[in-house]
Amino acid sequence: MAVTNGSIELAGVVKSYDDGRTRAVDGVNLKIPDGSYCCFLGPSGCGKTTILRMIAGHEDPSDGEVIIGGENVVGLAPSERRTAMMFQSYALFPHLSVRDNIAFALRVRGMSAAERRKAADEMIEKVRLTELADRLPGQLSGGQQQRVALARAAITSPKVLLLDEPLSALDEQLRVQMRQELSRMQRDLGITFIHVTHTQMEAIAIADMVVVMEKGKIKQAGPARDVYDQPQDRYVAEFLGGQNVLRGKVARIEGDQAFVVAPELRDVTVPVGHRRGLSPGIEVDFAVRRDDVELARPDREKAANHAAVATRVRAIEYQGNFVKVLLDDIGGDELIAYVPDRIFYRDPFAIGDVVMAGWQTEKARMLA
Amino acid sequence: MSAAPDIVARGATASRRKAVRRSGGRSWTFYVLAALFTFYVVALYGPMICIYILSFQDVRGGLVFPMKGFSLHWFVDLFTQVRTGDVKGSFDRSIKLAVMVTILTVVISFMAGLAFRKRFIGDTVVFYLMIGSLVAPGLVLGIGIGLIASFLGIETSWYTTALGAQLSWTLPFGVLVMFAVMSRFNNAWEEASRDLGASPWQTIRLVVLPILAPGIIAVALFGFTLSYDEFARTLQTAGSLNTLPLEIWSMTLNVTSPSLYSLGTVTTIVSFVIIGACLSAIAMIQKRRAARAASE
Repeated sequence: MAVTNGSIELAGVVKSYDDGRTRAVDGVNLKIPDGSYCCFLGPSGCGKTTILRMIAGHEDPSDGEVIIGGENVVGLAPSERRTAMMFQSYALFPHLSVRDNIAFALRVRGMSAAERRKAADEMIEKVRLTELADRLPGQLSGGQQQRVALARAAITSPKVLLLDEPLSALDEQLRVQMRQELSRMQRDLGITFIHVTHTQMEAIAIADMVVVMEKGKIKQAGPARDVYDQPQDRYVAEFLGGQNVLRGKVARIEGDQAFVVAPELRDVTVPVGHRRGLSPGIEVDFAVRRDDVELARPDREKAANHAAVATRVRAIEYQGNFVKVLLDDIGGDELIAYVPDRIFYRDPFAIGDVVMAGWQTEKARMLA
Repeated sequence: MSAAPDIVARGATASRRKAVRRSGGRSWTFYVLAALFTFYVVALYGPMICIYILSFQDVRGGLVFPMKGFSLHWFVDLFTQVRTGDVKGSFDRSIKLAVMVTILTVVISFMAGLAFRKRFIGDTVVFYLMIGSLVAPGLVLGIGIGLIASFLGIETSWYTTALGAQLSWTLPFGVLVMFAVMSRFNNAWEEASRDLGASPWQTIRLVVLPILAPGIIAVALFGFTLSYDEFARTLQTAGSLNTLPLEIWSMTLNVTSPSLYSLGTVTTIVSFVIIGACLSAIAMIQKRRAARAASE
């Protein structure tokens, strides 16, 4: 077989339905390195599952190329692509035992019963299901089913493992646990994992590379920390969360500083960064991480290089290690501060208190 | 005084009240419905049981109670006497016809079940046309088939025209049962099979058929029993040789001995044996799955 490694390249991939009237995937270009853990993240209907299915070979792109290990695989069957898929809710065969489920791929390849039993038992041991090998899928817990699905997909030593919402069928606690298990399996197998999810916490916790999608297009792709900390636009910032996204008008530009104003904002300085095409008078979005927002009593003096907004405490939620303080909206945008637990309770605010919400000027980030 | 004994006392009263309701608190509707159901069962099986009992009379036996003697005389009579009609031949034909109908019903219903998972142009029209033949009066449908056969110069016989007429009855049932079975089939199973490298035929053989097996047996059971006692559609399409229901009908017109009843008993036994075999096959499949699962 020609596919020798698990690097993936999508080149101008389009998937359209109804004679091109709707585009589920709209011109996607992306390179995923061999052996990486990549998460496609987006709301339902954004095209992430369609991309996964096109990589797997369950759907053909209307246009563009899917390249795995340097080979254009469009038109090839899944087994010829050296990919394997783990389906949402796992699709384990209900009439076969755990062992027979895992050995299925070997059975259809014509391997003898004794040989495939041996190979399956080795894999069963790897996913720690030995004592459950003779059970039926219906008798397993969600987490055990997931391990069977993983083992079944991995037994043909694929170069790429495709996971469609692998954790959505599990309850909250198990989800965190299985997340670690997936990560461990990926390191053990040393192959490319592509994981589709709509949960941003899941994506950034597990992935080397996060791909944020909206309406069939890639909004931003990169390491988890970059995508979370440096979102390119309002959509990515809001989808990943943890950011205040504010809107205002550019009053003037001095060097690499733009001064942004809005009814509630007085001359907030935002670094221009990589943003091009700024000129006085245009509307811009900028983001400030919620944990970069500091709260102070209004009588305190404003420090240098600080932006500050006079506002009021609307609600307070205790979150354990930090306190989520909801402030009055700025325009139509929420303003929220995550204040470390210890700092907040040194001088706690009450609902209705007037406060100064401020942040160091360089922490603000201009969005596209 | 102190609160504790009070709570204990109150708890005891509550549990006593609950116990009373459990033992004798059935409402009058229970008894009315139970009586209605009993009447239903008696009305359903009573007449049949009368026939079975009367078929076991001896040589003096007649068509009405009281029972005269006890023997298997009329069963022997049934298969040896020519005057009672061609019971053996018609029984033979009915079984063969039912087997053919069953096989065709299972194969076509299974394929229709697979096909109807996807929408296609005219699917609702095809569906309603198919179901329509359930509503059409069987006798009229049979006459129509006989008419067209004679128009086309085809000689009516039990294995051609009657086979077609019976399929117009068993196929809609088979397809409806298959739809119900298919509704619980997860298409991701097929996709997973393909993903793991199975060919389309391997997917059918190793995944689709085993998962649907109990439902397919149910379709076969429908096909067989509906064909085995089909009368209306077969009457005008079976040609010169009778199937069993037609033979029984003609016997009611000229046979005046309890051998008619013994025929009823025999056909009932055949039906029950077949139903029993199918149900135990389904039960066995499920038990084997459970047993394999439990044996660790």
